[in-house]
Amino acid sequence: MNTSVENGGITRSDRPLRVINSTPDAITKAKRRIRRSFRQIRTETVFRQTLMIIGLLMIVLVLGILLTLVVKSLPSIQALGLKYLWGKTWDPVQDIYGAAPFLLGTLISSFLALIISVPFSLAVAIFLGEYYPNGWLPDFLKNAVELIAAVPSVIYGFWALAVLVPIVRTFESKIGVAPLGQGIFASSLILAVMIIPYAASLGRSMIQLVPSQLKEAAYGLGATRWEVIRSVILPYTKSGLFAGVLLSLGRALGETMAVTMVIGNTSLMPHSIFGYGNTMASVIANEFTEADKPVYVSALIELGLVLFLVTVVINLIGKKIIDRFTND
Amino acid sequence: MEIKSVKYRIGKNYGFKALVIIFAFACVVPLLFILSYILEQGITKINWRFLVNVPRPVGETGGGIVNALMGTILIIICASLIAIPIGILAGIYLSENKKSRLAYWSRLCVDILQGVPSIVIGIVAYFWLVKPFGFSAISGSVALAIMMLPIIVRSTEETLKLLPASLKEAAFALGMPFHRVIFKVIVPVGISGILSGVMLSIARITGETAPLLFTAFGNPYLNFKIWKPMESLPHVIFTYATSPYDEWKDLAWGASLILLVWVLLLNIFTKLITRKWKVQL
Amino acid sequence: MESTIIKSRNFNASFGTNHVVKNVNIDIPRNKVVAVMGPSGCGKTTYLRCINRMHELIPGASSSGEMTINNENIYQMHPIFVRLKIGMVFQRPNPFPNLSIYDNVIAGYKLNGIKLPKPERDRVVEHSLTRVALWGEVKDSLNKKGSFLSGGQQQRLCIARAVAMEPEVLLFDEPTSALDPISTSTVEELFHELKANYTLIIVTHNMQQAARVSDKTAFFYLGELVEYDETKIMFTAPKDSRTQNYITGRFS
Repeated sequence: MNTSVENGGITRSDRPLRVINSTPDAITKAKRRIRRSFRQIRTETVFRQTLMIIGLLMIVLVLGILLTLVVKSLPSIQALGLKYLWGKTWDPVQDIYGAAPFLLGTLISSFLALIISVPFSLAVAIFLGEYYPNGWLPDFLKNAVELIAAVPSVIYGFWALAVLVPIVRTFESKIGVAPLGQGIFASSLILAVMIIPYAASLGRSMIQLVPSQLKEAAYGLGATRWEVIRSVILPYTKSGLFAGVLLSLGRALGETMAVTMVIGNTSLMPHSIFGYGNTMASVIANEFTEADKPVYVSALIELGLVLFLVTVVINLIGKKIIDRFTND
Repeated sequence: MEIKSVKYRIGKNYGFKALVIIFAFACVVPLLFILSYILEQGITKINWRFLVNVPRPVGETGGGIVNALMGTILIIICASLIAIPIGILAGIYLSENKKSRLAYWSRLCVDILQGVPSIVIGIVAYFWLVKPFGFSAISGSVALAIMMLPIIVRSTEETLKLLPASLKEAAFALGMPFHRVIFKVIVPVGISGILSGVMLSIARITGETAPLLFTAFGNPYLNFKIWKPMESLPHVIFTYATSPYDEWKDLAWGASLILLVWVLLLNIFTKLITRKWKVQL
Repeated sequence: MESTIIKSRNFNASFGTNHVVKNVNIDIPRNKVVAVMGPSGCGKTTYLRCINRMHELIPGASSSGEMTINNENIYQMHPIFVRLKIGMVFQRPNPFPNLSIYDNVIAGYKLNGIKLPKPERDRVVEHSLTRVALWGEVKDSLNKKGSFLSGGQQQRLCIARAVAMEPEVLLFDEPTSALDPISTSTVEELFHELKANYTLIIVTHNMQQAARVSDKTAFFYLGELVEYDETKIMFTAPKDSRTQNYITGRFS
């Protein structure tokens, strides 16, 4: 950007500005205006660069998180190798570390929560997406379900501890298992409640996207509403509903507070859903501040790394499915 | 052509509808239980002393949670100061650059950030800020800010993407420089969407405990220095709820009610103002 | 068999408080093609959708009056039975995207839970596709999904799907408005052949199409049935001035 005064005009090398050379007063005004324009152009460039830096910052942040997790897990990766992941014993006192109890505990509690919650999420999605998209009652339901997602997880945990666990304890004594109350089953129950909104709201959006002409074709052939849902809506939204389930799953895998307050926190391999258990997130929450040996800390971080990778992959797959669906 | 049992099909139709209605509204039941239980347990524990006292040692009565209340407010303010400008700018960047490679990866990273479990962010913030500098409120704020970012970025980007291109074009045609166009034209029109994203992110992190476990850590005393450890409402609930002492559990119920009301009000407030400020395009 | 198949008496239809079909009295003759024409918003599509009770699927929609098929009141039968006797073809071709051509034709049976043995199913598919002059073109690709078909072929597939249910009446809601001229004329040829076995009621905003394909024509204007007569008479010597103005292009 060069300025030069030539031929009675002031030009910038990439964009000519023409100033009529009349009174000195006009020239000063013109110069001031041009100086302001240059300043604005400079601000504009600075602003664009700032935006780009901030965009870059997002990438740096994610890479930083990944790098931190990897670097801090290196000690345990080097010391314990890959068999850490299926090691069944977790005994920090004796320096034995095995992640299997927590991997299993996470998988069991999350999938159990998913199985319990999906029918409810699906019902909400179909109710709001197909039967009653408008009206005060559906609005109430929609807001209530969104509220479920808004309640902090520590409050879910506290309530579960105070109310759900005794109920589970009574249930367990009725069916003849050890009446512990706390355990994988209780944590799956509270998790199930917490993850309902995720599959429900995504499912509802997907169901509303079904083109009405497809539904009309089915009605025109004599189908009942249930038959239209079963043979037109559900096949059409199959992948979208699956993405919603994935989102719920991702949420369940990473949930810490409610689970840790209710699951019993044992380091032994889970042997029954009514027994105590532990998840990756809850063991990190419980033992991180007490971990004294470097390998101990590093083993916990490695769990965090696994958690990070698994939840990120699940969420990305879900998002990819949704993108493909909405751009079709 | 023989039609088999149309009555059966009609019955199945109504049966399915009934099933859907039952399951759908069954979701509201646990929510109502929880809300009413917290209200019932917490309302008796809240009084003036509760709000202005610090926790007393076990056995003494008259403890309160003022340290947690002030702590939460401070931590949220700091987190917002970090996350809001960065988040909005990032959202602007993504909405202005739909095709560049940098924007593609940046958007992907925002999506990744949204899915990272809160405890993992807490660990990372621990290594970045606590290891070198010790437990502090600011490290907790940073962790929370990282969690706020994806929500703010997303809603800013979505809001701005919905604005018609003619708005920008008109401003440019008047000779406005880019930063003026953004801040004086685009952002004001999209302010309701941006604001709702900001408020939603605040509501989200208000209740977060896991990231604060190893960052802000907790503090039995009232403390306003953000480079020192600080107590927070969700953390105090967790600590007292899992303790064996009844007086502390009482405190936890009171604190739960306050936290719940706070979060609910934030959510309701968000819904109301976004409806009021929505600009008709 | 009586020569009138569908009768409407004092038939009205509304969307909420919006009264769009006013006091229609019409006799549709068996095995003939009846065209329903009129300017946009005149209520012709709404009236058509009342015949097979698709109108009531819209929240807030209502209707009153008498509508009968073979002297049976349509509004006292269950909609399923109505739609098995009265099939519909829509404005945009809408074959089910996740089903093959074969399964699309037979979709009506599947949806209604009617189980046919395989030879019977094959016969229905071949018969219906032949009726719409599509059999030769698709007989080797019956298991492929219908997305590779042209617009006109897709629409004929939809007609085959409706015909497969062996209804008595076929309703067409502007069936060629989304098609190119060649596909349009192929579909129009079909109307002539189909009326041997079915009664056709075709809503169209294309006057020339009404004149080309129909035996009788009804002219709707502002929700009322203004005039209904032999097509020849409607287009050469209409009795109502509004009809006259419409066909001479004063408004469209």
